[in-house]
Amino acid sequence: MESIAEYLPQHPFFAGLDESVAALVAGCAVNVHFRPGQHLFHEGEPADTFYVIRHGRVSLEVHAPAGPPVVVDSAHDDDVVGWSWLVPPYRWLFDARATEETSAIAFDGACLRGKCEADPAVGYALLQRVVTVMSTRLHSARIRLLDLYGASR
Amino acid sequence: MTALTGRGPSPGSPEETQDPFLPRPFVVSERRQDTRDTYTLVLEPVDGEPTEFAAGQFTMMHAFGSGEVPISISGDPARPDLLEHTIRNVGAVTRFLVQATPGTEIGIRGPFGTGWEVSAGRGGDVVFVAGGIGLAPLRPAILEVCAARAEYRRVLLLYGARTPEDILFGDELRRWGDEHAIDVQVTVDNGQHAWRGRVGLVTQLIARGGFDAATTLALACGPEVMMRYAAAVLAERGVPKARMRLSMERNMKCGVGLCGHCQLREYFLCVDGPVLTYDVLEPLMSRAEL
Repeated sequence: MESIAEYLPQHPFFAGLDESVAALVAGCAVNVHFRPGQHLFHEGEPADTFYVIRHGRVSLEVHAPAGPPVVVDSAHDDDVVGWSWLVPPYRWLFDARATEETSAIAFDGACLRGKCEADPAVGYALLQRVVTVMSTRLHSARIRLLDLYGASR
Repeated sequence: MTALTGRGPSPGSPEETQDPFLPRPFVVSERRQDTRDTYTLVLEPVDGEPTEFAAGQFTMMHAFGSGEVPISISGDPARPDLLEHTIRNVGAVTRFLVQATPGTEIGIRGPFGTGWEVSAGRGGDVVFVAGGIGLAPLRPAILEVCAARAEYRRVLLLYGARTPEDILFGDELRRWGDEHAIDVQVTVDNGQHAWRGRVGLVTQLIARGGFDAATTLALACGPEVMMRYAAAVLAERGVPKARMRLSMERNMKCGVGLCGHCQLREYFLCVDGPVLTYDVLEPLMSRAEL
């Protein structure tokens, strides 16, 4: 398996980052592994981490009363999971649960927040990338709200 | 525009000499339940004459006493002796059709319209993008590819459904993957806790790539909003617009380009469509008044 420093520049999320910023980000990262059923994080807990999935599958879930959790989205190889580390009050909005053996890179969001505040250029570079992820997920959620497949074609 | 043609009746054939407004009698030989509200009817012609059709074409299905609806053919073009339609129960006529048991007589006009012409993708990659019941009109083209799999390179089927229970042709999806090396990726809008597959938009599957855009032939069928976004993502990835084919749905009535119910600007979708290329459709799909 490639090292984190080798992997990051090839990943679309980190593509184009200055070498110094990439090194800083890599310095805040560790490899992690989750077994099926294991949670990456829980709703309401402090969001001090975000993940890039290297291999595996993660469900983003919301607890529903009187029933099992509802899966609102899923993440797979190369997907970025979590932006709550960058948005106050820095609490997870969903549960994230591995549904198969999942290898990921975990980034210390709390550490990166500090770097972003200290250097606006780093903050802007990371925020641009996180906003792209947010935009994609928001678009997906909006279109799914239309319930296209449920309506008569 | 890349011209797409339906196979249509051959000169002198019974279909050519037959009045296009006269339903031809067929008998239901098999009825399969695909999902909660969707069924596939296998029909055999009463006169025994096979019905040649091109993948992507549709027929007008006549439920005697109820009315007539346009339904895409979902069967195998290599089996003109059997006509298959996959029908979702959404109204009075389709309710009659999905309840039709073996032996029920049903009238058929057609086949009508243009086909997918998936053979134009030979030598390159093929990407099928299906949403909901839109997988049914693509099935004949997928079966064509399976029958000549060696002539295509990578083949992807990217399929979005509402829930795991709404996934069509589940056994075939597995078989297409296992036996025909088709990269089948399924995503649903709403997943339950037990669902271990993908949850999200089908367009997100396109964005992940896995195909050579320049040589790709992309065929899309599903709700129009989904196809619009799918085509935009395919174009973003570099698939030429003339190599994207979308199956459009309007209010088909006559099936022969006379009544105008299915008009989309200068196109009568029952004869110029339903399959059109995206270079033609792009300016039309973004116009709300059309």
